[in-house]
Amino acid sequence: MSTQEQKPKNQTETDTESADEDIIAASSPQQRRLREKRGREIESPKETAEQEDTYHLKVFRYDPEVADKQEPRFDDFHVPYRQGMTVLDALIYARDRFDSSLTFRHSCRQAICGSDAFFINGRQRLGCRTQLSDLEEPVRVEPLPHQEVVKDLVVDMEHFYDQMEAVEPYFQTNELPEGELEEQRQSRENHEKIKMSTRCIWCAACYSSCNIAAGDNEYLGPAAINKAYRFAMDEREGEDLKQHRMRIIEQEHGVWRCQTQFSCTMVCPKDIPLTEHIQELKREAVKNNLKFW
Amino acid sequence: MSQSYNRGLVEDFGRWREFSAGMWAWIFHKFTGWVLVGYLFTHIAVLSTALSGEILYTETIRALESLLIVRILEVGLLAVAVFHILNGLRLLLVDLGIGLEAQDKSFYASLVLTGAIVVASVPTFVAGVF
Ligand code: SF4
Ligand code: FES
Repeated sequence: MSTQEQKPKNQTETDTESADEDIIAASSPQQRRLREKRGREIESPKETAEQEDTYHLKVFRYDPEVADKQEPRFDDFHVPYRQGMTVLDALIYARDRFDSSLTFRHSCRQAICGSDAFFINGRQRLGCRTQLSDLEEPVRVEPLPHQEVVKDLVVDMEHFYDQMEAVEPYFQTNELPEGELEEQRQSRENHEKIKMSTRCIWCAACYSSCNIAAGDNEYLGPAAINKAYRFAMDEREGEDLKQHRMRIIEQEHGVWRCQTQFSCTMVCPKDIPLTEHIQELKREAVKNNLKFW
Repeated sequence: MSQSYNRGLVEDFGRWREFSAGMWAWIFHKFTGWVLVGYLFTHIAVLSTALSGEILYTETIRALESLLIVRILEVGLLAVAVFHILNGLRLLLVDLGIGLEAQDKSFYASLVLTGAIVVASVPTFVAGVF
């Protein structure tokens, strides 16, 4: 249910590690979790006895189409707690059992589709990646700040997507390799460099946390700049395209708007070092334009 | 699409309790910057009394320095300037891409250092008004 502690396997590990896996299997985290699980199963009768263990959720409600609900308010839900329950699980429970009009986006439930970023207890988080047990009660769930609310927890993402599209978030090059069937290979070092930036799931948590993006509607925002970084730093695109991308990045509402509040880096559920990437692009832009003669 | 609801300012500074270190650093930096700009004008005003003669200038400075409130404001000015300098150095490092993981710690460090310097300066500033 929870995806919080799961590290994406195979993505970062080197071959040596997988070879070692058999040796340390007996003491591996998986084995430990399995042992703990067995332990829990024995305890479970006791757990059912204290089933009354509920979590108190305060959920933002707003519906422009129903006369009584046009004034935003908070609804209280008391959701019975199961081990490993995430905020998204609790919302789904509340919707299915208590109020079927409760509206929110979600899909994958494993932190990969990026549709359920909410403002939970004062911070932008993915509902499916946030354990209830990590939060203080009452758990306050609100739609993402700085975006217009369409209904309940659903915000209008259109502007965010526009900004993402504005940096041309797709691979393009005019330096094709010789030979028709030749592949475009990337060096390992270059992949390491852009690896973190490829992990973005377009959840808009960072964008919502950014004060500058809130005040300047044209600012590209952290996610879009990170996308631009992902391609600008990709050596396979070649020099021409790099210049093209730098022009987008260093325009007035591009990287220079960032004032290093670090809010985006704090909230990114994929742990992308956004501020670092923006700062690196700023330095690239300076190097690009500074000529000594 | 149906009309949507904009929550306005509530979601900005009404949330100050939830701000993180980097955000506070940004706010303080802006604030101290504006205070320093404001001080610059009073500074120029006081200094330009020298245009009407040495005596007037000396008298103005003496009169100002004998007021307790001015002494207290001077301590405040020092606090503001020191923080702005230290956080400026921090931002310089951030711009150079050095120690971005420690940005919150360097903010706390500049706060503590500012506090220490200000406390240490109090005797010097208030000497002679009482
Ligand atoms: S950079 Fe991080 S917070 Fe921003 S949209 Fe991508 S995954 Fe979400
Ligand atoms: S439901 Fe897909 S990211 Fe949370």
